[in-house]
Amino acid sequence: MVNLTVDGIKISVPEGSTILQAAKEVGVSIPTLCYHPDQAVKANCRVCVCEVEGNRLLQAACAMPVFEGMTVKTRTPKVLEARRTILELILANHPQDCLNCIRNGNCELQSLAEEFAIRDNPFENKVRGLPKDFSTPALFRDPDKCVLCRRCIEACSVIQSVNALGLEGRGVHSMVVPTLGKDLLESPCIMCGQCIHACPVGAIGENEQIDEFLAALADPNKIVVTQIAPAVRVAIAEEIGMTTGDMPMNVFVQGLRQIGFDYVLHTNFTADLTIMEEGNELLKRLKEGGTLPMFTSCSPGWINFCETFYPDLTNNLSTCKSPQQMFGSLVKTYWADKMGIDPANIYSVSIMPCVAKKFEAARPEMCSSGYRDVDLVLTTREIGRLFRMSGLDFNKLPGADFDPWMGKYTGAAVIFGASGGVMEAALRTVYEVVTGNTLEDVNFTVTRGITGIKEAEVDLNGTVVKVAIANGLANARKLMDQVRAGESPYHFIEIMACPGGCIGGGGQPITKANVKRVERIDAIYVEDEACEMRKSHINPEVTAIYEDFLHEPLGHKSHELLHTHYHNANKKFL
Amino acid sequence: MAEEMRIVLRNYGKIDPLKIEDYLAQGGYKALEKARSMGQAALIDDVKKSNLRGRGGAGFNCGMKWSFAASATADQKYVICNADEGEPGTYKDRLIMENDPQSLLEGMAICAYAIGANQGYIYCRGEYPQVIEILNQAIDQAKAQGLLGDFDIEVRSGAGAYVCGEETALIESIEGSRGEPRFKPPFPPVQGLWAKPTIVNNVETFANIPVIVDKGGAWYADIGNPAYPGTKVFTLTGDVNNRTFFEVPTDTTIRALVFKFGGGIRGGKKFKAVQIGGTSGAFIPESLLDTQVAFDAMSAIGATLGSGATFVLDETRDLVDVSTRIAKFFEHESCGKCAPCREGTARMHELMKKLNEGKGSSKDVALLEKLGRVMSYSCLCGLGQAAPAPVLTTIKHFPADYNAKLM
Ligand SMILES: Cc1cc2nc3c(=O)[nH]c(=O)nc-3n(C[C@H](O)[C@H](O)[C@H](O)COP(=O)(O)O)c2cc1C
Ligand code: FES
Repeated sequence: MVNLTVDGIKISVPEGSTILQAAKEVGVSIPTLCYHPDQAVKANCRVCVCEVEGNRLLQAACAMPVFEGMTVKTRTPKVLEARRTILELILANHPQDCLNCIRNGNCELQSLAEEFAIRDNPFENKVRGLPKDFSTPALFRDPDKCVLCRRCIEACSVIQSVNALGLEGRGVHSMVVPTLGKDLLESPCIMCGQCIHACPVGAIGENEQIDEFLAALADPNKIVVTQIAPAVRVAIAEEIGMTTGDMPMNVFVQGLRQIGFDYVLHTNFTADLTIMEEGNELLKRLKEGGTLPMFTSCSPGWINFCETFYPDLTNNLSTCKSPQQMFGSLVKTYWADKMGIDPANIYSVSIMPCVAKKFEAARPEMCSSGYRDVDLVLTTREIGRLFRMSGLDFNKLPGADFDPWMGKYTGAAVIFGASGGVMEAALRTVYEVVTGNTLEDVNFTVTRGITGIKEAEVDLNGTVVKVAIANGLANARKLMDQVRAGESPYHFIEIMACPGGCIGGGGQPITKANVKRVERIDAIYVEDEACEMRKSHINPEVTAIYEDFLHEPLGHKSHELLHTHYHNANKKFL
Repeated sequence: MAEEMRIVLRNYGKIDPLKIEDYLAQGGYKALEKARSMGQAALIDDVKKSNLRGRGGAGFNCGMKWSFAASATADQKYVICNADEGEPGTYKDRLIMENDPQSLLEGMAICAYAIGANQGYIYCRGEYPQVIEILNQAIDQAKAQGLLGDFDIEVRSGAGAYVCGEETALIESIEGSRGEPRFKPPFPPVQGLWAKPTIVNNVETFANIPVIVDKGGAWYADIGNPAYPGTKVFTLTGDVNNRTFFEVPTDTTIRALVFKFGGGIRGGKKFKAVQIGGTSGAFIPESLLDTQVAFDAMSAIGATLGSGATFVLDETRDLVDVSTRIAKFFEHESCGKCAPCREGTARMHELMKKLNEGKGSSKDVALLEKLGRVMSYSCLCGLGQAAPAPVLTTIKHFPADYNAKLM
């Protein structure tokens, strides 16, 4: 332990702690901008500077390790003048359009400007006037707003190993730019949107499509139908000031009806269906000597990654469409038929924790219903805005039910939202299908948690199946390199592009720290536990669709509507 | 009265730099031999005793620095010579390398022995291709004679960025990354090149080493100003009669630099200011000329010693104009990593330009003072910390130049 004094308060903290950490212990919160709790120290914004006795230079609290006998002062006139001046400098070349900004009210720079009472900036406002990048359907960049903290670069390179963002130019001409191309579309960007969470300001955001949604609602000929992805419920609470996980599903459904959706259905239904198709696909590959290990295919960021960086391994990908796209093709065929609605009038909106889903829905092959299978993808954040726009008080709203045929789901579908969930759901079903025994305990806890790479073994009537799970693409890369080298010991690999799985997706409420992701994961398993049915194959609506429509997993209809193929250089066709 | 004293330039004009035999004939490489016979601890102690402080600008105690790297345990350590010499008006390192490259190599080899390193780099200013050529030949000759033992030295060429003279930016550059400074700590002697213990010293610092080892630390500590003993090489430019270089003990005064060695102001004009240490040096008025050219003495008057570049200005010079150009230089040379330097250097230039064009007010001067003050202690590296010095010191010592241009 190291003894030091912070603002006159004596404290003892573990060796290697920074001033920032030590100060927090005594209740002193030092302002930061480039600091990110899960990233390497950057020390480039200098907003966190403090006085350290005996040192003429101010020290960056986020970077400076404590030492025995250190005396730190965090709010002297010298410190305050420095912080305010630095903020003035940063704000002086920042667009002054907070009101129009996608991060209005949720911006680290805006908060700092407020906290430090920045009013009349003595430096003239000069914005660089750089072009915005709207090249991808998933996310945009507004380089004028960039404060050059470099957190997005680290998210893209270290966490995702994609390296689509880099630095160009020096000094005041420094810029974060897409690598290997003029815009994100030309870059290796896989559209996971982790850079959005890393960004402290509004320099990167989702391609917001609220206007398109409102236009569809206003169109009397359109029947607006929605599906909700598994990871959305736990996080939507955060958007409206509730605790993570606290939004009851039936109240959420009511909220969506209040916004104006005509029918509310659930992606969880097709998550259960995915397990039927993907589980059977795995068994088929195992039995017939198909390409192994098989990779899951629910995460569109991951699909983009595989197509971009491992085009030689796309045969390992399950041919199953993601639950979003299975839903899309069924809602305009099976469901339309059941409901007696003309599919031409259905406007299918999905609510996703993800920005890559916007790209996935736009893939040209995603029209097996004869229409665009999914017309619009809204992220959790966009739904949050619509809820706020609608002035709903979720503490008072009565519950409502899902509409029939594609709204029932099991706990196995719920856990799709967390890393390891697809694997666990598959194991619950595959085990029972292969062994004919009922699982005593459906919990495969080894597959759970935010750990980057997890592995497990299951004995299926004497056949040991080895599985691995990765979240975050730098972790996925390790497993893929093994496969490419022919050294992978696994039969089945689940990959989720985003840290923690979909609960940490690029469309979720802005998530600065992994601790928040862990909270959401915990909430997912609480929901699973509370489900009466926890195995996909016992979902009665799943049984019904096979009886009435699909007839059998991997059958002719499934092939037509629920399975897909992959591309190399996937963005070329946009 | 001050006289020239040549330690680092001891062989200047006496030897053929491309003949190692000449260097050996002057007693070259005897110090390396002696160092090896002393043992590492005693060697470092003696360098500490000499109180030699870095000649690259920061003035850190050399023996102390070496002791940190020596006591660090690692499978690999490095010795780097900082020969980036990016400071406009400075050519002292070039003088040493062109005229006596072996003394630099010997100094590096002694350091390598002291800390237990077997790989060295000389990071040489890219605009010195002829020096790189000389260094490579000198290394080949020393190796051919077996003088360096298992110590290998490679020459790396800089790419013209001023900030790459900063030791951690230099390390990043050798590693192949953007030349940007790192946050310190950890300092290079603990974690430097490829995260291994690394000594970075200036050319002039290394060139002192063989003489210190040869004659003993106590001998060296006795020369010049006791807090910053030894000699320092100065290169004189601007409005002086002798635009030349010389090596003097550190108790020499600035006045002696300008009027004795520099031979006074050209054309019979009056002295106005002198800037010492390079572009980021303070502008020093007549009233402070009796300051000794030693690190702490200079700090005491709000100035630095820097590289020893000495730029003399006569009474006709407009210091607002000069400082505006300097501000432009720093805007251009800021690497862009930290906010106060990236934005601050640009704003400083903007405000200076406004004043220089006669469009500024006293409010702008006050803003410059605040900006400069904040930059001087908030920026990540020495570039941003030192960049405001010319502006701040001209405002302080030469307010008339500013007042003349106010709206
Ligand atoms: C912007 C900047 C430029 C620098 N340029 C040089 C240089 O050209 N040569 C040099 O020796 N030191 C330079 N330094 C100082 C180095 O960071 C470092 O302190 C020095 O190389 C250490 O060697 P010394 O202890 O022998 O002086 C520079 C520092 C800064 C902040
Ligand atoms: S938060 Fe410490 S320098 Fe940016």
